[in-house]
Amino acid sequence: MEVLRLPLSASQKGRLISAGYTSIASLSSISPSQLALELKISETEVLEILKIVSDGSRLESPGSSCTIVHGSQNAWDMLQEEKTLVRITTSCADLDDILGGGISCKEVTEIGGVPGIGKTQLGIQLAVNVQIPSDYGGLGGKAIYIDTEGSFMVERALQIAEACSADMVEYSCLYRKGSQACEVKRQPKDFLENIFYFRVCSYTEQIALVNYLEKFITEHKDVKVVIVDSVTFHFRQDFDDMALRTRLLSGMALKLMKLARKFSVAVVLLNQVTTKYSDGSFHLALALGDSWSHASTNRIILHWNGNERYAYIDKSPSLKSASAPYSVTAKGIRNSASNNKRIKHT
Amino acid sequence: MANKVIGEMGLPKSIGNIFAARNIITAKDALSLTEFELMELLDVDLAEVMCAVALISEIASPPYQTVQSLLEQRMQNEYLTGHLPTHLKGLDAALSGGIPFGALTELVGPAGIGKSQFCLKISLLATLPSCYGGLDGHVIYIDVESKFSSRRLIEIGLNSFPEIFCLEGMAKEMAGRITVLRPGSLTEFTESLQKIKFSILQQQVKLLVIDSMAALVSGEYEQGPPRQHPLGWHISLVKSLAEFSRIPVVMTNQVRSRSTSEISQYSFQAESRVGVIEDTANFDSHLVAALGIHWAHAVTIRLVLESRSGQRFIKVAKSPMSPPLAFPFEVTSSGILLLNDDGVEMTGPQINAIDHQGHSDIICHRDER
Repeated sequence: MEVLRLPLSASQKGRLISAGYTSIASLSSISPSQLALELKISETEVLEILKIVSDGSRLESPGSSCTIVHGSQNAWDMLQEEKTLVRITTSCADLDDILGGGISCKEVTEIGGVPGIGKTQLGIQLAVNVQIPSDYGGLGGKAIYIDTEGSFMVERALQIAEACSADMVEYSCLYRKGSQACEVKRQPKDFLENIFYFRVCSYTEQIALVNYLEKFITEHKDVKVVIVDSVTFHFRQDFDDMALRTRLLSGMALKLMKLARKFSVAVVLLNQVTTKYSDGSFHLALALGDSWSHASTNRIILHWNGNERYAYIDKSPSLKSASAPYSVTAKGIRNSASNNKRIKHT
Repeated sequence: MANKVIGEMGLPKSIGNIFAARNIITAKDALSLTEFELMELLDVDLAEVMCAVALISEIASPPYQTVQSLLEQRMQNEYLTGHLPTHLKGLDAALSGGIPFGALTELVGPAGIGKSQFCLKISLLATLPSCYGGLDGHVIYIDVESKFSSRRLIEIGLNSFPEIFCLEGMAKEMAGRITVLRPGSLTEFTESLQKIKFSILQQQVKLLVIDSMAALVSGEYEQGPPRQHPLGWHISLVKSLAEFSRIPVVMTNQVRSRSTSEISQYSFQAESRVGVIEDTANFDSHLVAALGIHWAHAVTIRLVLESRSGQRFIKVAKSPMSPPLAFPFEVTSSGILLLNDDGVEMTGPQINAIDHQGHSDIICHRDER
C-alpha cells in the first residue's frame, strides 16, 4: 500500500485508505474538490496532500542526465569528486600514510581509545590543521568543536596553534622563494578565532545541537570539520531504557552522516572504551555497543603497544587495516621519535 | 537547556498546543523521540514535525563561542587564567599554573601515601588572600572517611606561611572559610551536592574537595536493577558545577589490587595477549585505581601517587596539558614537598601504574610529623 509510505499524518492516511485510495496512481487523476468531498476535509488540506503525493512520485520518474534515480550519483562522478577532495592532515606523517593522506571529508570517522591516549589531543590538532590555507596544502576551513566532557583546554589549543604557525613559517622559508617567504601570515590567535566551541551538558543538548548543525553550517559555509569529544559521555549514564538509547544514537548517527555528505565536512567522533566479553574472555572495545559500531564509516583505535602509542584502522571501506605509531608532544600530534631513525620499507 | 519548556519557545500556536496536549512539555521530552515517533504521536505530517523539531533544537542547543574569545575571557576574569597554584614548583609548571578551574582533578594512590595531606594543603591555599597566591575564597571539603584534621591544617599553615598565621585572628579566619561536610552514605552525598549547588553561587566558594569518591561507592549495597554506573549522575553534576562556576574540583580515589583477568587488550591484539598473562609475578605489587574505566575517562587530570623502593612519587598520569612527568616528594610538617622540581619523564603506559613497594618502610621510619 503505497499510501502508507507517504509522510502524512495517521488520520489523513486512514481517511485515504477508507475512501479506497491505496496507491499513488489512483490519486493522480482526481480533482481536488472531488477528493475533498469524498474525504470530508477542506480543499486546502487536500491540496497539501496532493502536493506531498506528487513530490513522492516525482522521485520515481526517470530524471534527466545519467541518473536513473533522482538525487543519486554514478560511481565515476563520485571518483572524480573524491580525487579533488583535500584531506585533513594529522601532522603525523605515518598516521597520514595509513589514512591515505589524512582524515577525509564527506565521511564520519570514529576514533576511540583508553583515557590518556591522546584522543582530545588529536581532536584539537585536527581543529587547528583544518585551517591550514590551501597554498600550504590544507583546506583553509573552520572547525566546530563540540565538547561533552569538558576536556578541552584552551591553553593547549593555543600551544598547538602556535606550533602550527611556527611550522608554516618554517615551511614557507624553506620552500617558497620571493617576497612572501618567511612572512608570518597566520597568528595563533587567528587559528583560535576560527574554532567554534560548543559545550554540551546533557544528551538532549547533544541531540538538539546535531539537529541545529545543519542550519549553523549553512550560515557558516567555511566549516570543514565537526569534532565531537566525546560522543559517548552523556549516553553512558542515566539511561534506563537501552532501546531508547539505541534509537537516539542511530538517529544521531544518520544525521551526522547526512551532514558529512551534504556539506562535504569531515565528522570526527571521539569515543571511549569499555570492556566486552566474547570468545570466552574479556577485552577492550569501543563504547556504546554493537549497534553504534555501524554508525561510522571509518574507525580508528588508539592503543598502547609497549611504550608507544599506536593508531590502528579497525574498520574502513577503502583503507587497508594497518597500524602506525604516533606521539603526543608539546607541539601536538607528531611522528613517533623512534621512527625517525628507521629505514622505510615499502 | 534540556528542560526548556516548549510552550515558551515561540512555536506556531497550533503545533504548540498539540505538543502540550500529548504531554510533551520540555525539550528533553520532544528530542527523546525520533521524528517518526513524533509524527505518529502528534498526528501531523512529517514536514511540520521536522520544522518544529528544528526550531526546538535551535533553541535548546547550547550557545557557541570562538576559542579566542574563551581565552580572552579567561585572561581577563580569572586568576592566572584559571589555575590554582599548589606551591609545588615542578607540578605547577607541568600543569601550566596549577590545578585548573572548571575541571576535575583526581588524586589516586594507596592508603597513607599523602592524598589527604595534599587536599588539606590545597584547601588552605584556596583560602589565602591573593597576595600570597591564594584564591581568597571559601572551600567546601566533603570528608567521607573522616580524614580531615583541623589541627593538622593549622600546623601546615603555621609551617608554610608563618608570616600570615602568626597574625592575630588570621588562623581563625582562614580555617573559618573551610566548610566540612561528612555524608555517611551515597544518598546523603547526593543531598549535600544539591545543597552545594546553591551555596556555590552565593557564598564565594572557590574550591571543592571530595575525599574520597571511592569510599562512597564501596559502602553501598546495590539494590534493584544494576545501574550503568553508580556514580554516573554525580560525576556529571560535579563536572557541570565545576564548569559553570569555574572552580577547581579535587577528588581522591582509592586503589584496588589488580586481578589476573585484568583486561588491557583489544581483540585485534590477540597475538600479544599470551605474553601479558604470563606476567603474573608483577601483579601483586601492581594496583589499579578504583572506580573503573568510566571514571578514568571522566576526570580531566589524574595525579597518581605511589611509592617505589621507599621513595614516594607524584605522577601526572593524565593531563591534556603536560607530558607524563613523575616528581619525587615527601610529606613534611608543612604539607607536601617536592624533592626535585624537574621531574622524570616516563614513557608508555607506566605512568598509569601504581606501585606500593617499600611503602611500609616509609610509614614506620619516617615520622617527621
